Amino acid sequence: MDALSMGGYGAYVWTCYALGAGVLVVCEWRARLRHRRVYREIEVRIKALGDNQ
Amino acid sequence: MMSEEDTVGMTSGILGVARRDLLLAWKRPGDILNPLFFFAMVAALFPLAIGPSPEQLQFSGPAVMWVAALLAMLLSLNSLFLSDFEDGSLDQMLVSPVPLSALALGKTLSHWLTSGLPLVIVSPVVAITFQMPFAVTGYLMVTLLLGTISLSLLGSIGAALTVGLHRGTALLSLLILPLAMPVLIFGARTVSLVAAGDGVAGGLYFLAAYAVLTLSFAPFATAAALRISNE
Amino acid sequence: MWKFIHQLASPPHFYRIAPAFIRWLAVPGLLLIAYGTYAGLFVAPMDYQQGDAFRIIYIHVPSAYLSMMAYMIMAVSAGIGLIWRIKLSHAVAAAAAPLGAWFTFLALATGSIWGKPMWGTWWEWGDPRLTSELIMLFLYFGYMALRGAIDDTAKADKASAVLALVGAVNVPIIHFSVEWWSSLHQGPTIIKEGGPAMDAAMLYPLLAMILGFTLVFGALLLRRVRAEVLYRERRTRWVKEMILAGGN
Repeated sequence: MDALSMGGYGAYVWTCYALGAGVLVVCEWRARLRHRRVYREIEVRIKALGDNQ
Repeated sequence: MMSEEDTVGMTSGILGVARRDLLLAWKRPGDILNPLFFFAMVAALFPLAIGPSPEQLQFSGPAVMWVAALLAMLLSLNSLFLSDFEDGSLDQMLVSPVPLSALALGKTLSHWLTSGLPLVIVSPVVAITFQMPFAVTGYLMVTLLLGTISLSLLGSIGAALTVGLHRGTALLSLLILPLAMPVLIFGARTVSLVAAGDGVAGGLYFLAAYAVLTLSFAPFATAAALRISNE
Repeated sequence: MWKFIHQLASPPHFYRIAPAFIRWLAVPGLLLIAYGTYAGLFVAPMDYQQGDAFRIIYIHVPSAYLSMMAYMIMAVSAGIGLIWRIKLSHAVAAAAAPLGAWFTFLALATGSIWGKPMWGTWWEWGDPRLTSELIMLFLYFGYMALRGAIDDTAKADKASAVLALVGAVNVPIIHFSVEWWSSLHQGPTIIKEGGPAMDAAMLYPLLAMILGFTLVFGALLLRRVRAEVLYRERRTRWVKEMILAGGN
């Protein structure tokens, strides 16, 4: 319990660590999302071209 | 090495472009007057918002006038290269034997003469309404003189980067305002320091040094940006 | 060496080998962050002035450092792309900007949260570092707005490269002027972070966090560059063949 309260600064300290983790997760997630979107887009285009031929 | 002929060509290029732009501005005085009215109006907004107390106005005067001047400079920047871009003069400049950076410097010079210098000249009138003492007003004019040179030069880079884009002034402000912060800080704070009776040399030296720095690199950046924008 | 760099800068090659690099950066980086978080929160002794609130610097300092670092990476790779016309370096610049903005945001948020118990206010204009970070965030916004406003990728690359270089010249000047500006008024006493008097038990977690964040940043950057490369090369034959072969 002592460790959680951080001498009364618990809310500030834990919020900062949560924000830090959050930013890392968001950056990773957005990078993956962008990659997936671009990949899908190209895949769809190539498949569509293949059907026309 | 630059031969004498090249130097003459460059100087006449700078002056030629500046003269042409000044003539154009003379035919459309609204281009010069609108930013001035804007400056006076923004400066008038603050007393209305702050209240008529003379002490408060005297205290916030330098800051208010500097912010108003910065915004007025931004307002006139958008059109710096726009008409040249639209009527094809920019293409002519790109193929001209005179270096593009010299022509960009000429355009920036005329921009400063039509928007920076008028601000410096009318600033004492606005300063009176802020109860600014005469000695302080002198310093205000010197800082505005040095600061608007840097703002014109920095602004020309932004104007060249955004010419032909449809998002205009808002985008230009977003690009230029963070870069202009040192000018605002030193300009406004120096005047405030004079008003408080403190030393001013540091701020003035900085503004002068910054004007020299921007003068030495902004024309080249502007030229590069114009080439890219006109591709 | 030169051949290695040249090969690395070729988009298909980069695309193929990037995942290995990402793994080699992310795993040690995350381990270091895990150690730094544990040691920073539970092992490092309490600061005698700031109490446990000082533990925020283990997040704040690495993110503030990375926000500068990302701008440097952005400006240098934009310059390389502008001068030597290397496609990959423009992709690096494009990928570095949003990451830099995120870390700048993190530095601002943690600095502000640290300020609340220390100064009694969420925002203290008298602190030059927070103010510099704020201007830094605006610089990133400007860069990204310019990129977003230009549809043609090649043109957006070059225009934003000019802006990044002009910004890089200005960043030290902005720092200097903000320092001067805040030195004029005697704000609340700012407790110096770090300094030579720092205890080793406090310092090692900080170093681990800085290194760990940097490595993870490298991994995030490579992942973003990889997506960027795929987008930029979407009409090339190697992408088509790779996707038809079910590659990733």
